[in-house]
Amino acid sequence: MSEIEFLSWVRGPGFQIATIIFIAGVFIRIAEILLLGRKANLAEAKGSEMSSGLRTVLTRSVPDKATFQRSAYTFTAGYIFHLGLFVTIFFYAPHILMFKDVIGISWPSLPSPVVDAFTVVSIIALLVILAHRMSNTVLRFLTTGEDYLVWLVTFLPFITGYIAFHRMWLTSPTLIAMHILSVELLIIVLPFTKLMHSFTFVLSRWYGGAISGYRGVKS
Amino acid sequence: MSASLEKGINALKEQVDSSVAAFFSSCVHCGVCAEACLFYTETGAPETTPINKTEPLRRIWKSEYTLFGRIGKMLGLTKKVDDQFLTEWETLVYDNCTLCGRCSMVCPVGNDIALMIRKTREGMAAAGHAPEGLIGASKRAVTIGSPMGVKLPALEAQIRHVEKDTGLSVPVDVVGAEYMVLLSSMEIMNFPEFIGAVAKIFKKADVSWTISSEAFEATNSGIQIGVSDIAAELVQRIVDAAEKLQVKTVISPECGHAYMAIRWEGPNLVGKPFNFKVRHITEVLDEFRQNGRLKITGKESQRLTYHDPCQISRRGGVIEQPRNLINMFSDNFVEMPDTGKMNWCCGAGGGVSTNERADEVRLKVFQRKKDQLDEIKPDAIVSACSNCRIYLEEGLEEYNVDIPLMSLTETLAEHLAD
Amino acid sequence: MNNNEDKTLEEMTRDEKTHDERTLGETLRSQGISRRSFLKFCAATASMMAMSPAMIPKIARALEQARRPSVIWLSFQECTGCTESLTRSHAATIENLIFNTISLDYHHTLQAASGTAAEAAREAAMKENFGKYLLIVDGSIPLDNPGYSTIAGISNVDMLMETAAGAAAIIAVGTCASYGGIPHANPNPTGAVSVTDIIKDKPIINVPGCPPIPVVITGVLTQFLTFGSLPELDDIGRPMAFYGKSIHDRCYRRPFYDKGLFAETFDDEGAKKGWCLYKLGCKGPTTYNACATTKWNNGTSFPIESGHPCLGCSEPDFWDGGGFYKSISMPTENITKTVIYTAAGAAAAGVAIGAINRSRKNKAVASHSKTGIDDLSK
Repeated sequence: MSEIEFLSWVRGPGFQIATIIFIAGVFIRIAEILLLGRKANLAEAKGSEMSSGLRTVLTRSVPDKATFQRSAYTFTAGYIFHLGLFVTIFFYAPHILMFKDVIGISWPSLPSPVVDAFTVVSIIALLVILAHRMSNTVLRFLTTGEDYLVWLVTFLPFITGYIAFHRMWLTSPTLIAMHILSVELLIIVLPFTKLMHSFTFVLSRWYGGAISGYRGVKS
Repeated sequence: MSASLEKGINALKEQVDSSVAAFFSSCVHCGVCAEACLFYTETGAPETTPINKTEPLRRIWKSEYTLFGRIGKMLGLTKKVDDQFLTEWETLVYDNCTLCGRCSMVCPVGNDIALMIRKTREGMAAAGHAPEGLIGASKRAVTIGSPMGVKLPALEAQIRHVEKDTGLSVPVDVVGAEYMVLLSSMEIMNFPEFIGAVAKIFKKADVSWTISSEAFEATNSGIQIGVSDIAAELVQRIVDAAEKLQVKTVISPECGHAYMAIRWEGPNLVGKPFNFKVRHITEVLDEFRQNGRLKITGKESQRLTYHDPCQISRRGGVIEQPRNLINMFSDNFVEMPDTGKMNWCCGAGGGVSTNERADEVRLKVFQRKKDQLDEIKPDAIVSACSNCRIYLEEGLEEYNVDIPLMSLTETLAEHLAD
Repeated sequence: MNNNEDKTLEEMTRDEKTHDERTLGETLRSQGISRRSFLKFCAATASMMAMSPAMIPKIARALEQARRPSVIWLSFQECTGCTESLTRSHAATIENLIFNTISLDYHHTLQAASGTAAEAAREAAMKENFGKYLLIVDGSIPLDNPGYSTIAGISNVDMLMETAAGAAAIIAVGTCASYGGIPHANPNPTGAVSVTDIIKDKPIINVPGCPPIPVVITGVLTQFLTFGSLPELDDIGRPMAFYGKSIHDRCYRRPFYDKGLFAETFDDEGAKKGWCLYKLGCKGPTTYNACATTKWNNGTSFPIESGHPCLGCSEPDFWDGGGFYKSISMPTENITKTVIYTAAGAAAAGVAIGAINRSRKNKAVASHSKTGIDDLSK
């Protein structure tokens, strides 16, 4: 298989396979959750489930000060990583073109050196997160094999993207193909692992907020 | 019929709903909940991390309600729920959790972990893995009518005492009264002053009220042990009494979990909405305040703080009312750090105080409350839960701190203008 | 142009007969090339091939003394574009003269001889210079049916095998000879393959491009003549000196890419301002070639400079590498349909699986046995 054949495969059949698994997996997982249903709350409401739920979807992104201080490492590294993830996925011109091709809409991009800087910061944040996971007592206790797998498949697109952007060691078609392949691996793994939180966080925050809000507590 | 693993697993299966499925799907093992839990912060034991306590429920969710978990189960890859595993988790679920719900407030993906632990207890109890203390309390609650074994004659005796001391009448079984007041056994036996305070305030406020001789007990061991059938039976007694006396509002007394049981879980346990309202005593008193029914004389100048009972503040939504009331009689009110919905638990809620096995850890984790109090050094602590009150007193004594505890209702009654 | 070409042909035929024994230096001088412009060529070649300036006199000396090598040029499944590229220069450049002064013993487009005489010339050259001649190939070789492309009744593969046997080295000119090129593109009806697919025991230099840059061939020839060696190649057989950097890395529009300034269409403001053509499908980032530095048409420009995205013609399978106007980061196939169909299918599957979950839950609720106070212990 030549380099361009490799690149064509990941852009073609590979992308198709990954997309099918990704979309099917995500849809099935979300349907699985929602269709379980929830009993209507018969207690007299003190607040609206819907608006409290929606508010918590947003507000839970920001921890209160004391909570932040208690888990400063987790919040800081997590924040930086997620911000980097967001910027690199959604504001790099080639990525936007991919979205445009798939979903038909596009938006302005950031200069590539800026995205490059976010990539470096995210890579560092991910390494910090890994080190923290391996050294912190609670995290070590909670960590399963899946957590390391998920870390790896998240890390690979960053590192391959960085290498591809800077054309290190190998030639460009191979590097870009490896980058796309790593993303395909990520989206294939996503529906079957805790990476699903990228979708279900909206549901869980909504439920959590709705349960509290129904009782008149802003969560 | 006795407890069995099969019943436990079935109970866990019944507990999984879309919210639980969303919660488990979202958990990323970030560990933030550990730092929100006094059982972790004070013991440093990683297994007390809140989300870890839900493991029995998680395993059932995974193997029963996820496609891939079911495939895994067929291949024999999933972790099983068996008696040995449940025995291991029993102390985590009952002794090391007060269902305070602080973890639910910090979880970055919004998981209501306390709810999940509450649901996990359903499975534990049905499988015969509930602690002896809670089993005993539940039995007494169902057979005698009170987890502490308080019977009607004991209440009647206390009422007579109160009537004699105060010169006020305490109405019992008055049909058509506006309010029906529930009491906790703790109040009946340890703080009968509460009954007098209620009598005094309601007389001044000029509202009709009554106690039911058939359902005076507010507490509900069923929701602490995690058996909805028992909890429903206890709630039903109150519903029957309230309907019989045709009251408009049932008042939950100064007891945290009682409020949760009757106000929030109650209608769901019995399966139909109530045709009366349920309010916490501080909600009712604050309403009196707003309507100008409370006239206060003299202000406390000592440094007062308020201990939020978890089930009333964070889990119950009654946060502002107690503060409004305290500010009526205090000009030196000070908040603890991490207050209101973020307050730290006294360490004795959620059935922990009924579970003798947990005494040691309960006193150990009280350190959290003590540290919190050390930061503001109050002269006295006001609370609106007699369980919090008793165990705060016990904890302070254990740690050689001399800060008196006050009931909000009783203190308010003392400051009523004649 | 035709006249020009004819003249060149005549010259070449004459050269073959009369100047066989002359060195390259002598030949160049006899054609009126000054020493100054010869050295300029040597300097340009050295710089192009990333050699130190100290090498220039060495190149000059070696070139001057080099004997004209015998070159056999075989054309298979090709469009003559490569030959056109190499011969149709605007002026008589030194590169051209280098070509003119080699002993091109066989090139069926350029040679005057035809038929049996032409084949005889090839055979004679092979015999005379066995083991020393250079073989240049353009075009791919069909393997499905040798009859798809024959010359004088000899199939391409047979002629290649036969001619390669005595070659000192082979230069595969153009993407077809290097990697199969357009004949090799899906569905590859002739079973076209590249030279490297057939010949395994000879040094082969790939000079891909559709067409390739002329100076690359002269560069390779120069090195061969100067040092008797072949240039350093990358992992797909291309001289590193010319194919070591991507078009993107050398592109004068690169700063616009980095700033995120793109032409969205061929006639928008961005296109007029000369912004990056990535969004118009430019393959610069995945294409390794020297276009951006050597340029075309006597150094006039290269495709991107003319406002058209790079097609990636010097890469294997460039014809099948997704649409020319589709960016590298876009999927090559229509993914939108896949997304919609999968989503619809998965939603249905999800509902079915959800219903199963629901019934499992209902079953659990139905098999609930009431827990009373006597059921709390075992």
